[in-house]
Amino acid sequence: METIEQLEKEMMRLDHPDFSAGDTVKVSVKIREGEKERIQIFQGVVISKRKGRTNATFTVRKVSYGVGVERIFPLHSPIIDKIEVISKGRVRRAKIYYLRKLRGKAARIRERR
Amino acid sequence: MCKGLLGKKLGMTSLFSPEGNYVPVTVMEVGPCVVTQIKTQAIDGYNALQLGFGEKKRNRINKPLQGHLEKSKEGNSAFLREFSVESPEDYRIGQSVTLDVFQVGERVDVSGTTKGRGFAGVIKRHGFHGGGKTHGSHSHRIPGSIGCSAWPAKVIKGKKMPGQFGSRRKTAQNLKIVDINRDQNLIMLKGAVPGAVAGLVEIKKTQIRE
Repeated sequence: METIEQLEKEMMRLDHPDFSAGDTVKVSVKIREGEKERIQIFQGVVISKRKGRTNATFTVRKVSYGVGVERIFPLHSPIIDKIEVISKGRVRRAKIYYLRKLRGKAARIRERR
Repeated sequence: MCKGLLGKKLGMTSLFSPEGNYVPVTVMEVGPCVVTQIKTQAIDGYNALQLGFGEKKRNRINKPLQGHLEKSKEGNSAFLREFSVESPEDYRIGQSVTLDVFQVGERVDVSGTTKGRGFAGVIKRHGFHGGGKTHGSHSHRIPGSIGCSAWPAKVIKGKKMPGQFGSRRKTAQNLKIVDINRDQNLIMLKGAVPGAVAGLVEIKKTQIRE
């Protein structure tokens, strides 16, 4: 068991900044097109974080041309180039799924300081 | 080159491939195994290596086996198994065989003893669907009809029925080697292998042709 734990810990990426639900993040994702590799940016609000060793994930939500888009990223995946925290949000819940029902002004999140 | 090795199943986890795929893997501690006997075409009629793996208290091994193991200077191997080999003259008794036999990306077959589930019914053992759970049904997990009536007037052979399930030797074929850690004697295979954690497994080069 310890061996497996150790293998998983080696796989984990510890270079990511600390962030939580409510924060606005900018995720740089590596995308492979044939031979070339480019970086795509996905910026939005973190609405949930799932714990785990190698299977930890986080969900980022953004509204693109009026359509809500959510993307689930494996936290330790090598396809993530980097995560930047743009702003820290003040929310009272760990999973802010209620944001899905809100539009416009109501969907704003107060900044934490 | 020896065609197989003995090992111990450590459990399952998932790892990321460099492309970002999340691959389910079984981790096994494989080898180093000790050559305890060499079988050759001239003497035994076939070429094989008998390999020993694991440790056992010396007083738990009976005298005849102690004598056999002493030849390899490795007096306490817990498990002995034979693996075919192309050129037995490359090996000598007492030599240790490590994971160098396998390379990453190769495909292997893994044999082990499956988890024992005791006397199991048809739903668990054969995947029957079972009867209705409600609406007055009394046939919840029963097998149902097991055949016809006056003809053939018997139950056909091989009918799937309740009985002992598990604790049998099974082989998972054509598993891909995802990673090998030669320092810790660890091998990672994609997918599941038969047996419980800490169970003995035999790993062989696959019989399936490409």
